Amino acid sequence: MSDAIRFTLNGEETLYNGNPADRLLDVLRETYKLTGVKCGCKEGECGACSVLMDGELINSCMVALGRCEGSNIVTIEGFSKTEHFQVIDKAYAAVSAVQCGYCIPGMVLATEALLVKTPHPTEEEIRTGLSGNLCRCTGYNAIVKAVQIAAKEGDGLW
Amino acid sequence: MGQISGSVVKRDHSTKFSGAAIYVGDYMESDILTGKILHSQKAHAKLIEVKVPELPAGYYYVDRRDVPGDNNVNIVKDDMPVFARETVEYIGEAIGMVCGPDESMVEHILSAIEVVYEDLPVVTDVLKSDTAFFDYTITKGDIDKAFKEADKVYEEVFETGFQDQTYLETQGMMAEPQAEGRVFLHGSLQCPYYVLNAVTRALGLPREKVHIAQDATGGGFGGKEDYPSILGCQVGVAAVATGHKVRCIFGRREDLEFTPKKHPSHNTYKVAVKDGRVTAMDVDVIFNGGAYTTLSAVVLQRGIICANGVYDVPNLHIRGRAIKTNTVPSGAYRGFGGPQTFVSVEMVMDHIARDLGIRPLEFKLKHLVKKGDSTSTSGKYHFDVPIVEMVEELDRICDYRKKREMYAKPQTGRYRRGIGLSMCFHGAGFTGSGERDFIKAVVRLKKSADGMVTILISNTDMGQGLRTIMPKIVAKELDLPLTQIIYEYPDTDFVPDSGPTVASRSTMVVGELLCQAAKRLRAEWQDGEEQMIEEHYKHPEFLIPFSLDDFKGDAYPTYSWLVNVIELEIDTYTGRPQVLGAYGCFDVGTPIDYNIVVGQMEGGFLQSIGYASMEYMTADKTGRIRNNSFSDYIIPTAMDVPNLKVILHTVEYPEGPYGAKGAGELPAVGAPGAYMEAVEQALESVDLHHIPFTAEDVLKSLEEAEKK
Repeated sequence: MSDAIRFTLNGEETLYNGNPADRLLDVLRETYKLTGVKCGCKEGECGACSVLMDGELINSCMVALGRCEGSNIVTIEGFSKTEHFQVIDKAYAAVSAVQCGYCIPGMVLATEALLVKTPHPTEEEIRTGLSGNLCRCTGYNAIVKAVQIAAKEGDGLW
Repeated sequence: MGQISGSVVKRDHSTKFSGAAIYVGDYMESDILTGKILHSQKAHAKLIEVKVPELPAGYYYVDRRDVPGDNNVNIVKDDMPVFARETVEYIGEAIGMVCGPDESMVEHILSAIEVVYEDLPVVTDVLKSDTAFFDYTITKGDIDKAFKEADKVYEEVFETGFQDQTYLETQGMMAEPQAEGRVFLHGSLQCPYYVLNAVTRALGLPREKVHIAQDATGGGFGGKEDYPSILGCQVGVAAVATGHKVRCIFGRREDLEFTPKKHPSHNTYKVAVKDGRVTAMDVDVIFNGGAYTTLSAVVLQRGIICANGVYDVPNLHIRGRAIKTNTVPSGAYRGFGGPQTFVSVEMVMDHIARDLGIRPLEFKLKHLVKKGDSTSTSGKYHFDVPIVEMVEELDRICDYRKKREMYAKPQTGRYRRGIGLSMCFHGAGFTGSGERDFIKAVVRLKKSADGMVTILISNTDMGQGLRTIMPKIVAKELDLPLTQIIYEYPDTDFVPDSGPTVASRSTMVVGELLCQAAKRLRAEWQDGEEQMIEEHYKHPEFLIPFSLDDFKGDAYPTYSWLVNVIELEIDTYTGRPQVLGAYGCFDVGTPIDYNIVVGQMEGGFLQSIGYASMEYMTADKTGRIRNNSFSDYIIPTAMDVPNLKVILHTVEYPEGPYGAKGAGELPAVGAPGAYMEAVEQALESVDLHHIPFTAEDVLKSLEEAEKK
């Protein structure tokens, strides 16, 4: 159908034939079964549903499908196949920064978005960069430390 | 720290990190009906009629008439209905549930249902309610004599607000009808056997017809101790009535507004002082229990036992009441009654010290309990009280004493600083003899012929790390690699009842039982054979028996301890308090995994700072909670407390595995006392009396000071 919405999803050309007013979060989870994208509030406040849209961190609950035309969407499922992911994964594991895990897919993508823009962030830049992603378990210290480790270990990757 | 404390990669790290972990919302089968609750819009009313429109094919409405068993949820007193009876008692109470394949159609049907109410009087103020769900008294010594002989008597009232657990994954449960009339429930929960007991009763089914499993759980903090039993009964009834799988997942607003949270409190302290020493406390603790009892009895018990803090007060009279109001039932929140009374006693001790012209720290240390002293319930502190050393350790990393002197000098200008210190305990495990009389934990280790060992317990990992902690204990005792130990999410069909995952008991009690079981398995190990080892809870012999009738005896076998320091700066223009440093020293016994324990302390500490400062939530006169989104109910982000430091101090507990004792709740108990002492100093030694103390409160306080 010519009026389908065309976008790239985790590297694959994708045509969405549904309503352009549909919420990206719902479509990712229900149509494409990408359940790593979590729903924490559906109001753009908690960041659990974060995905990358053309490299920018966005709350997928606040984006209508129509807005995705021509864009490149990456979820945790797509990102987990990258070299960047491996570095971030190791860093979070080293400091046990994952507790309940519900904020984590969003937090990982927030880490990526931050390091792409600022490969060697200060602690303050890390805290600002992650401030759109709520975590209730860790108090954020371990996550901040993980980002610092990732920046150091992944030197040159970003 | 011994060898056990060295950190390993968490066993559930990879599945959670890659987004592959399955939470209850992640099942994508096409035959699951979405269930949505019809919530009461009235805080107290007679239900006259529920007008349900004609339903399209495949859509259902269920309510109390569909409950095949007992329409009461088994928690403690069993007074909360699965679906509302003739009346509704709070805004949000479940009247019924609409189920169907399409979520937006379910929502459409819900909005088309008309509920006819007849208003009844609404009570939201604990001081105006005439119903006390529970009324307990603790007495010790002779307070009349102490008050008569006092040089000075102080009387102050402290109030604390709601705090919501705000796990990132909202409440969610799913029920599935199975062959031979069986029902399977699974979801986001802390206590599979609690849910099992509630659901069998509501469905009128024998134990063997129901089983409960935990899915990956996105945080609990107490909030998933009782509520999954309630929601479990509701989806269970719906599944049986419709013959389909039914899943109900709360929206964030629903969750913030309608699920249990920390009891707001109103605590009156009357304190007698003689010769510069507190000789008696007469304390009246009032908790807002909300509309049904749920867990209020046990929360209140713990709250009043802590009412004299870490101080040796020879004469005590503590009365505690949980009051019925027409607000959401209050429930379990990490700390379980302790945070409310600890902040009150810490503040009253500060205020008295200041009035007497003594430094608060000096005054508090003068009253500190020590090993061998008697507790509020005339039990005994059987082990070392490490608070003095912990204070010194913290002072070294944050210069508390020096800063306290510095900020005491008159401050002018826009920004003013203060620093405060609090000291608290958390009684490890269930209050009193609950472990022996009610829980009776059983654990099993199953060894297969190929040498793999499976841990069979009903305890759950909701992020706090049990899935790593327990295998570490078993692997160490069996001298096996961690990869040879299996510990899956529990399903009541396969695991014995090792008790709920609450009360900071799992590592200390269940971990120790696993340790014993592993020792036996090692001794009896036979290559190539299948073996099963079972261990049962044994009550520590050194305990002074506890009686709930008169609140006498050892309420807890041992205690975890903390000292917290908060340093902050107040912007007198905006009122905003910025935490400059939050320093916590915690003694939870031997850490079974250093990273995991530090992660627990850091996370709990930040929740506790949120409770003291920004997490404001209240019910209005109609009983409605309006702070029901993340724009109105503010929890800390990564930017709010950038400088939070945790250190561990270890006093080993001989009855816990390798010396471990209760850990999970302790860090969520202590920050408010330190926070308020710091705010009071920055505001030039005013006496304050409530938390949370927000930027608005700072401005009000400054305004009042100006008027004087």
